[in-house]
Amino acid sequence: MSSSAPDQPETTTSAIRPVRWRRLLRSAGVRFAVLYALVFGVSTILLAASLRYSTIGLLDRQTHEAIRTDARGLAAHFKTGGLSALVLTLDGRINEDINENAIYLLVDPLGNRIAGNLSRWPQGIDTPQVWYQVPVERSGKRSHALMRFYDLPGGFQLLVGRDVSARTQLRRLLRDGLIWALAAMVLLGALGALIIRGLFKRALADISATTRAIARGDLTQRVRRSGHGDEFDELAETINDMLDRITKLMNGVREVSNAIAHDLRTPITRARARLEDAASHARTEEELRGAVDRATGELDGVVKVFQALLRIAEIEAGARRSAFANIDLTLVLEDLAEFFEAVAEERHIAIDTRWPPDLPMVGDRDMLQQAVANLLENAIKFSPPDHRVAISARMDAADIEIEIADEGPGIPEADRPRATERFYRGELARSTPGTGLGLALVAAIAQLHGGVLRLEDNAPGLRAVLVLPRRALNPEATLRIKLWAQTVRKAETQSGADAQRGA
Amino acid sequence: MRILVVEDDKDVAGFVVKGLREAGHTVEHADNGRDGLFMAASENFDAIILDRMLPGGIDGLRLLETLRAQDNATPVMFLSALGQVDDRVKGLKAGGDDYLTKPFAFAELLARVEAMSRRGEGEGPTTRLGVGDLEMDLLSRGVKRAGQKIDLQPREFRLLEYLMRHAGQVVTRTMLLEGVWDYHFDPQTNVIDVHISRLRQKIDKPFEAPLLHTVRNAGYMLRVEEP
Repeated sequence: MSSSAPDQPETTTSAIRPVRWRRLLRSAGVRFAVLYALVFGVSTILLAASLRYSTIGLLDRQTHEAIRTDARGLAAHFKTGGLSALVLTLDGRINEDINENAIYLLVDPLGNRIAGNLSRWPQGIDTPQVWYQVPVERSGKRSHALMRFYDLPGGFQLLVGRDVSARTQLRRLLRDGLIWALAAMVLLGALGALIIRGLFKRALADISATTRAIARGDLTQRVRRSGHGDEFDELAETINDMLDRITKLMNGVREVSNAIAHDLRTPITRARARLEDAASHARTEEELRGAVDRATGELDGVVKVFQALLRIAEIEAGARRSAFANIDLTLVLEDLAEFFEAVAEERHIAIDTRWPPDLPMVGDRDMLQQAVANLLENAIKFSPPDHRVAISARMDAADIEIEIADEGPGIPEADRPRATERFYRGELARSTPGTGLGLALVAAIAQLHGGVLRLEDNAPGLRAVLVLPRRALNPEATLRIKLWAQTVRKAETQSGADAQRGA
Repeated sequence: MRILVVEDDKDVAGFVVKGLREAGHTVEHADNGRDGLFMAASENFDAIILDRMLPGGIDGLRLLETLRAQDNATPVMFLSALGQVDDRVKGLKAGGDDYLTKPFAFAELLARVEAMSRRGEGEGPTTRLGVGDLEMDLLSRGVKRAGQKIDLQPREFRLLEYLMRHAGQVVTRTMLLEGVWDYHFDPQTNVIDVHISRLRQKIDKPFEAPLLHTVRNAGYMLRVEEP
């Protein structure tokens, strides 16, 4: 047996006990119950105190008054009728006293009893005009009395009092009752604490179990609703909404990383292959130069994808809200229509334009330019020759709607919801040049402005409708942007750390 | 031109210095902020190419701010991996004249540096521009070549004006997008080329010697072809 072994059980038990207590106190249910018991106890004590004040206090005050009046009367008798009259009155009063709780004692200057129903002067009473509460013995019965004495002319002393043993009893009764009530309260409080704690635990158990599972990586779990429609249900619903959002974001991030892996790896692989091939097989400088040029082109494409991705992330992070200003979209549309008209004309595509003379709104001009340019570029890119692209805009009190319609192949209905995802490319678009980020960027820009990008069937072709609120931003969009920005930032720091580790 | 390159990455700095020397410029190089500031403040340069993130306790922004506080007006171009709009705004607000994001094409860098350093000269109230027999009157907004009037659309006029102001220099597509249209995005299609070819139709086609030249892998240049 090792020397430390005997100490072990003791130290563990003594260590566990306070920990357990602290844990119990850390329980919100117990805390609530203790608080409840405290409030309950304080109010009970206040109630008892007021009860005591209004019963015993009142009785005490009444007794004081009675004694005082009694003493005044007796003093008057002494003054008018002398000692004999006082003794007579005292005897009369004693005889008349039905409750037998009046106490009198008249003594001469030497302390000898002259009259009264007390056999001897109680001990400790030596100052006149002061209230005393002392035990007395009267006709063989011990009891409590409240009394005071008065100095009478000629050295006589008169003690006037009342038997208060009934009141003492009442007081004891009240005190006992209070103690019992307190005990019951402590017991009920503890019981309540346990019950409330149990209720809390049951209500929160599911939530903590679910969130713990989520934290471990199981994103399929959801908090069960009790169906009472109470605060806990509300909490459960909020948490479930949040989990849905997180799941969606996680999926988005996963898809994006897959897409990045594919869309960036392909051109990098091509560039690499070209360079390697040229390094070992090029026979003339011309060939070598050509291969290097093509590889540079591929790398430029990679850079373009990167920049588009970063820009989407930047926009979704809401970083450019600061650039919001009063702008007129008409000028933006006019410029862009003119800018792209040259390309369209070259491909024999006519551009129809139709918009009101002014379209004032609050937004970021650069970004809206880019959004409309992306839509317009898509429309021109997918339009067959000798067809038309129509740009039109409408405005009501709340929104501006910009519509860009082409007569190209369009996007099948089933694919439309996915068309704004990063790197999504329709079957038909795969063969055309592009990054698959254009519509994602437009959607991000619309979202930053609190608007939305709608894709509709133009029969034939695609009609992209950019709905932009003319003013205030949708607070929900801000929240979603914030959430997304956090994810992006986390992913960025992660990849940054990975890159550093790699280097 | 005498150009100072402040860049800590050896490969990038070597690439830039070599390229600028080949283009006929005199180049000095500093690989940290303190040396860069010392050289920029004590010698005369026609242009400075400045990285933003630099070792040596002084980053590009501080360097530029210190320089500008000393009333040094040397044109400065930022060359930085920080490419977000806010970063660019910060750089230009600190007194930068241009901002190029890494990765970059050397042709773009060269064109921008040359355009930037030329900007300072004769920026006075010019009313007439001329390249060879091509003339532009900025007041009456008239364009003539060899005495023959040429009709231009307003945007074509601005495009030609930009090219004429940078005559003899390479002008990249991005510079045209920014300078003529004030667009800060990268169109996927060859819109700029189309606009240039339309302009070429009007100013070059009917005449013998072309003035508007395409510079492979870089952009365009307006100049008189030497015989």
